[in-house]
Amino acid sequence: MMNEKISGLLKFHLLALLVLSSFISFSQDISKDAAVIKAGEDLFNGNCKSCHRVKQKLVGPALAGVYDRAPSIDWIKGWVRNSAKVIASGDKYGVALYNEYNKSQMTAFTSYTDDQIMSILAYVKAEADKPDAPAPGTQVAGGNAGGQSGIPSQYLDVILGGMFLILVLMLVILALITTALKKYLNEKKELSEEDREVVNSPYTVGSVVRSPGFIFIVVFVVAAISFKTVIDGLYSIGIQQGYQPKQPIAFSHKLHAGAYEINCKYCHTGAMKGKQANIPSPNICMNCHSQIKQESPEIQKIYAAIGYDVKTASYTGKQKPIEWVRIHNLPDLAYFNHSQHVNVGGIECQTCHGPIEEMEVVKQYSLLTMGWCIDCHRKTNVNNEGNAYYDKLMQVHQASNGKNSKMKVEDIGGLECSKCHY
Amino acid sequence: MSETKKTYWKGLAQLKNDPNYVKHADKEFVDLAVAEDPGHSRRDFLKMMGFSVAAASLAACEAPIRKAIPYVMKPVDADPGIPNYYASSYVNGGDYCSIVVKVRDGRPIKIEGNSLSSVTLGGTSAQVEASVLSLYDNYRLRGPKKGETSTDWETIDKEITTKLAEIAGKGGAIRIVSNTVLSPSTLATIAKFKEKYPTTEHIQYDQVSAYGILKANEESFGASIIPSYDFSKAKTIVSINADFLGTWISPIEFTKQYAITREVSEDRREMSRHFQFESNLSLTGANADYRTPIRPSQEGLVVVQLYNLIAAKAGKGNLSASIDKVEHLEKAANELWENKGSSLVVSGSNDKAVQVVVNAINELLGNYGVTINRELPVNFRKGNDEAMLAFVNEAKEGKIGGVIFYNCNPVYDHPMGEELGAALKNIALSVSTSYTPDETASASAYMAPDHHYLESWNDFEPKENTFSLSQPAISPIFKTRQAQESFSIWAGGSNEDYFSVVQANWKNWFYDKKDGLDFQAFWDKALYDGVFTAPSEEIKISAFAANLEAAASSISSNYKASSNSDELVIFEGYGVGNGSQANNPLLQELPDPITKAVWDHYVTISQKDAKKWGITNDAEGFTQHLTLTVKNKSITLPALIQPGQAEGTLGVALGYGRTKVGAVAENIGVNVYPLVSLLNGSLNYSASEVKVEKASKEFQLAQTQIHQTYMGRESVIQEATLAEFKENPKAGRDEPKITQWDDHVDASSLSLWKGYDYNNHHWGMAIDLNTCTGCGSCVVACNVENNVAIVGKDEVVRRREMHWLRIDRYYSSPEGTAINDYDGLEKAAENPEVTFQPMLCQHCNNASCETVCPVAATTHSTEGLNQMTYNRCIGTRYCANNCPYKVRRFNWFKYHDNQKFYQSNPAMNTDLGRMVLNPEVTVRSRGVMEKCSFCVQRIQAGKLNAKRERRPVKDGEVVTACQASCTSGAIVFGDMNNPESRISKLLKIDNTKVIKKEDGTEETVFNYSFDKKIGNPRAYRVLEEVGVKPNIFYLTKIRNKDKAKENA
Repeated sequence: MMNEKISGLLKFHLLALLVLSSFISFSQDISKDAAVIKAGEDLFNGNCKSCHRVKQKLVGPALAGVYDRAPSIDWIKGWVRNSAKVIASGDKYGVALYNEYNKSQMTAFTSYTDDQIMSILAYVKAEADKPDAPAPGTQVAGGNAGGQSGIPSQYLDVILGGMFLILVLMLVILALITTALKKYLNEKKELSEEDREVVNSPYTVGSVVRSPGFIFIVVFVVAAISFKTVIDGLYSIGIQQGYQPKQPIAFSHKLHAGAYEINCKYCHTGAMKGKQANIPSPNICMNCHSQIKQESPEIQKIYAAIGYDVKTASYTGKQKPIEWVRIHNLPDLAYFNHSQHVNVGGIECQTCHGPIEEMEVVKQYSLLTMGWCIDCHRKTNVNNEGNAYYDKLMQVHQASNGKNSKMKVEDIGGLECSKCHY
Repeated sequence: MSETKKTYWKGLAQLKNDPNYVKHADKEFVDLAVAEDPGHSRRDFLKMMGFSVAAASLAACEAPIRKAIPYVMKPVDADPGIPNYYASSYVNGGDYCSIVVKVRDGRPIKIEGNSLSSVTLGGTSAQVEASVLSLYDNYRLRGPKKGETSTDWETIDKEITTKLAEIAGKGGAIRIVSNTVLSPSTLATIAKFKEKYPTTEHIQYDQVSAYGILKANEESFGASIIPSYDFSKAKTIVSINADFLGTWISPIEFTKQYAITREVSEDRREMSRHFQFESNLSLTGANADYRTPIRPSQEGLVVVQLYNLIAAKAGKGNLSASIDKVEHLEKAANELWENKGSSLVVSGSNDKAVQVVVNAINELLGNYGVTINRELPVNFRKGNDEAMLAFVNEAKEGKIGGVIFYNCNPVYDHPMGEELGAALKNIALSVSTSYTPDETASASAYMAPDHHYLESWNDFEPKENTFSLSQPAISPIFKTRQAQESFSIWAGGSNEDYFSVVQANWKNWFYDKKDGLDFQAFWDKALYDGVFTAPSEEIKISAFAANLEAAASSISSNYKASSNSDELVIFEGYGVGNGSQANNPLLQELPDPITKAVWDHYVTISQKDAKKWGITNDAEGFTQHLTLTVKNKSITLPALIQPGQAEGTLGVALGYGRTKVGAVAENIGVNVYPLVSLLNGSLNYSASEVKVEKASKEFQLAQTQIHQTYMGRESVIQEATLAEFKENPKAGRDEPKITQWDDHVDASSLSLWKGYDYNNHHWGMAIDLNTCTGCGSCVVACNVENNVAIVGKDEVVRRREMHWLRIDRYYSSPEGTAINDYDGLEKAAENPEVTFQPMLCQHCNNASCETVCPVAATTHSTEGLNQMTYNRCIGTRYCANNCPYKVRRFNWFKYHDNQKFYQSNPAMNTDLGRMVLNPEVTVRSRGVMEKCSFCVQRIQAGKLNAKRERRPVKDGEVVTACQASCTSGAIVFGDMNNPESRISKLLKIDNTKVIKKEDGTEETVFNYSFDKKIGNPRAYRVLEEVGVKPNIFYLTKIRNKDKAKENA
């Protein structure tokens, strides 16, 4: 019973399409239509990419040329929909593939239509036929080397500091020169009264500094600055922008979302359908990590949490939930729903979470204050394209604001209290 | 101003013009003297302030580390933040309701009716709605116990099994005692237990018994059954002391059916006529068209008289028992006869003789097969009073070897409970499976707690061949165990889990391969629907054959036409009911629909008797105690003067005076079950020859109704008689006019405000005063949905109850009733008409609260909602002062996280209780105003759902909590901008307007304005003359009376 469960969990995508030799080409069936390729790309990114690449072997085989090497296109369709069935039927090619990839099973996509599978293949073929470009992983791994031009910021600080120092030195030297000159002129007897008055002017630095006007200005400026600092400080209470706590497992978004380009929604399953985006449960990690990087101490922590014994490749049943440190903390009085923004609004995760694919350790990128929310609601157009919910609203809006006018979130009550507070 | 010219009054204090009442009438809160606390000076206060500000700002600097803990293995269908719904069944003894449980993040948080059920038809009651909180009752047992000490299941299983074997070996009697058991699988489990221990007998009893009906039907038709009733087919309904809308047999079902007959419109200008003869003013009596107060000692004779009147028409002989003229009885008989075959006579009596005569009446009227279905018996009350009494007597005599109490509490709720409790000490083995250490469990040697019903698997058969399932909506919170598994283990059977047992039973009993489904598919469907109807077999019921003369002679010896003694009527209340849910604060703080009292146990008396005994009730609820002595038992309770109470009768509710119950219900009232006596072999819930004495103690009752008034404005309730309505559908409407220098104009046509256009939705609500029965389930549903704080008796006395939705109960006296003197007062209070009006935030388009808020914490939305933003509110209370409807409630305390409210509000003050809170709704803190939001969280969820599916919102997709709970369907909510919505059709909204174009032509366009033309002649806005233009409309109350002036 337990083993069945496990095999259900260890599912891998399009795993066994790699084959030793196959000379018949089915590729003429595969569409070259841009729309089909685009549809395939979306499906591929959303569902396949966590295990497959076009030209690179990952958890599953590289998919380039799969249409040529697999026994038939129909075989591929059957395999995608339910690989376990193919293996169970004793299909030679399938069994060989299964064994080659450590007997890890690919997730069954039972609901995929023929068209959908063909569109994925169209995308794979289109990608495979493209000339080789540097792999995205190497680019990221390469770091900032060629990315930025100009002087790095840390040098800028040093240069500024140096220049400031030189200025101060110049001031001191100038002051010394004036004092020396003054002394010299005073010792000279042939100076007239008028000249003497000029030399011993009462407006010395000292007297200016001691004047009530100057003191007032200084006190005022200091008071104003400190007042502003205090107010700013008070405003920042509860704001945790940049909050970057250490997490119990050193999970890297830079690696997973960046280098491997795994779709955010593959792990954050709730983002499209609910309030919470969901912190992935370890069973999602196990989709890949039951095979990959088993020896890493960080992966061992996942095994400890889910109760997985690598040696026997079985679950012990001893579970211990992982206590992640929550980074984004909205107050309880504010209601936020991911699906409204990600699914309905079509907003990229990065809009609020920042360049997550570059973060080794995740930090809070945005302010998450009410002002920040409101600002976006003022600027953003409603994503009404193809959404019948907004049809009537758009009609009414354009009737009074001109045919091509865009509807902002603000225009349909996006600034109202009870949209977020109840 | 009002056309009806009736005098409406909320309570006797208002009717009397009590100076204290007048003084406080226009104030929301009374100035109650607050004792100065000499211990703290102003300086201390400042010191404390300084310190707490410093401490708070220091604490605020460092944000606490918060953890996020995901599932380890996420179940496929469980997503954090997305609720799941499970069909299940609420069962408490014989009370039944098919339900849908809303589960958020693994916690049941709300219960709603299951519309697929053919029994409860999607309805609920206050008790069903409140039962979700009893799951999180802190008083629950954490695991099995032996006496006072906690133990584990293995130990007690071993001991119980050994003792059972010993008793059975000696041939000692074993008894399983329970309330009515609706579950066929449970009965099968008990049968297996009996096989193992043949000396076992299963005894079922009911707290409020219907044994008299069972016996009467056995006598009449040879079958000990309770038939199904169908009120929806009845044109004339006569009820003698049967509170069928409140507590009798199957009130949810009956409310649904009854409401169908009470719906009137321009197209359907007819409704049922309902006569009620009763002693207390019950919920059902309050809804009746003609109500006659009678004494319980007259009940049997009234029924016989009714029989005689009808028999005369049918050409049958009279029965020999008689009573003088009973008001409205002859009229009732005439109309029953006119509507032969579509009428219904019911009686709440538990006396076999009375029920036999009632059967005879229905037989004469040809109601069997139409409004009464003997072929479809119901199982809600199967209790056998005689068997139960025999058991108690055997226990007393030491003839019982072992007893298992299966989820029942006879030590508290049986008339001989105290004796049973004492006898238990001498019984070798006593076990209770109750999930709390109640009176019976505490008196038993072992406590083997069952799961709460929301944690259990089970099946039920509420009606013949109509089944339903219950499934766990949460895994067991404590180390409890399904009682059926316990029975199975104690009987030495396998410890197979009860789920497999139920499933196997269903496979054997109901699964039919012919349907072409495999069993799993059949089971999944039944579980998904929660209900299943098996093909019924032909049931043969023999014709009516009872000895009517014998019944009549029994009646004439047991009942009296007139009497001078005072009589006691014991009834089941609408909140705590029979007492099994007494520890539920939602029910304790639910205002009684009639008396509007909360948290208290009292005796209701008539105005005339009050004068006799020198009892006065004032506007603040101060009253005196009365001591009632029946035979040799006395009870002392505060007296509440109840208009409509039959003279010479005193009403006392069951369900109070529990001793082992938990913090909520401790020390409230007295137990009146011991006053229940025996008549004709069944329990009799009344007593004559009651000695009444005034006790010296003063007492303050907490009543909510007297807390708000409309400052003498009269257009709040608008009503007409059916006759008037037939002629003019606008009958009873009050259309206020305002005098201008040249003309009278409609008050609604003038406005200071500019108004709004609602381009998207325009949410609105219609409440039908004619179908609203006043039951209060909406109040509880609103409390649960919106995390409304329960405040406890002390705070209610200070007028600080937090309910967002209240049901105002108005009495009215016919025009011309002078109430200037005491006699007039007595006359008015003798038998008033009653109207119920649910009152909640009216979501005014020209809201007067919005204009006065200095911080814009209450604002208007583009969808017509009046929004309340708690985190902006600074608590000036200007809005509440400016609200004409008095529906805004102020948080005087931090009701959550405050040990002072631990007793009354465990839902917010214990870790266990907090699990019931709805995570979508903010728990409000001290110092902010709150009010009905039109369930904005549900509106937003419904809209988002539509947006995700890229389609417009469908009508019926957004349902407010009150609407969902309303069994009678009186509340309709929806989008008034959608011409296809139910509310648009009900209110006959004209959604068009004509605009003049520049070229002079006219064009009809959609009207997005807030001010819509309402076509339904019954629809009115409360206090229309104020001009705030609410989004809630009420439909006039129509009484099926011949003349308006007639006394009720």
